[in-house]
Amino acid sequence: MLGSPVFRGKALLNNGTPQSHGVRPKLLAVSSGGGHWVQLLRIRHAFEDCEVTFVTVHESYRAQVPDHKFYLVNDANRWTKIGLLKAARRIAWILWNEKPDIVVSTGAAPGYLAVRFGRMMGARTIWLDSIANVEQLSMSGNQIGRCADLWLTQWPHLARPDGPHYTGSVL
Amino acid sequence: MIFATVGTQGQFDRLIRTVDEWAGAQGRTDVFAQTGPSDYHSEHIRTQRFIDPTEFRKRVEAASVVISHAGMGSIITALELGKKIIVMPRRASLGEHRNDHQLATAKRFAEQGRIMVAFTEQELLGKLDQVQAVAETERLSAQASPSLISTIRTFIGTGRIRFENRDVSP
Repeated sequence: MLGSPVFRGKALLNNGTPQSHGVRPKLLAVSSGGGHWVQLLRIRHAFEDCEVTFVTVHESYRAQVPDHKFYLVNDANRWTKIGLLKAARRIAWILWNEKPDIVVSTGAAPGYLAVRFGRMMGARTIWLDSIANVEQLSMSGNQIGRCADLWLTQWPHLARPDGPHYTGSVL
Repeated sequence: MIFATVGTQGQFDRLIRTVDEWAGAQGRTDVFAQTGPSDYHSEHIRTQRFIDPTEFRKRVEAASVVISHAGMGSIITALELGKKIIVMPRRASLGEHRNDHQLATAKRFAEQGRIMVAFTEQELLGKLDQVQAVAETERLSAQASPSLISTIRTFIGTGRIRFENRDVSP
């Protein structure tokens, strides 16, 4: 059941793409823990017109978003193969369930996976690189940013004409 | 109450030991530290290796000063709650992190004057002595900069990116 529905089901999923299921677009907001989660919460006002579902790594974060759907994923932060596979399977399953119109992430590994799979399913994708990355983009940010439809950095000196773009920070 | 925190990525005993010794020398009994995976035995401060995010926020709320590694979760939470924060970055050469990005983060934030930064144990002791005299920090507003929010909101609504009156199609 948890196989790889995203790959097998790509054609099917096209039925569920942008805004065919109601007025409010469905948005999946994904992050790992600590600073990534804190930064995700600080941009949530931008999601006001959407039906928002959060995906993150600690059960105790649920209380901070009481009126929203909430999924847990293991934190694959260290990029271990087994951890990454588990996270990939879980993220794929969540995307299959939710069929979001938009996927937003502030990093790291779970967000990378969600943006990647979200893009494959036809969702509009947003990657906001962490404000902690002041000298260069994060590893996942540099790889995934090019994949995301909107690629943002929080430091003006890291912006490039083709992205990442800078229009402000979470502070 | 002083709250010291080093996150979860390995030990950062350099910070904990310095705070412990300072508390001993000053006779402070109101210091609590979250130490991460550390075997250092503190003598003058109460410690716990890990605390959950809800307790973390409560600890910051209850503190007058936060002492932290250069992790964004700690820094942003302290600024949101209007707490004075002294940051000491982890160093890769001392086995405290995989790379030196905390050093870079701390430098940038120090330039902006939002936080106090100590690059060495000696500097940390100095900042600890000064911190009570430093003015209270203003609380950060509850959300990101309006221009960032607006860029994301516009993109969600229209699929377009807007920069200073210039539309870009991704």
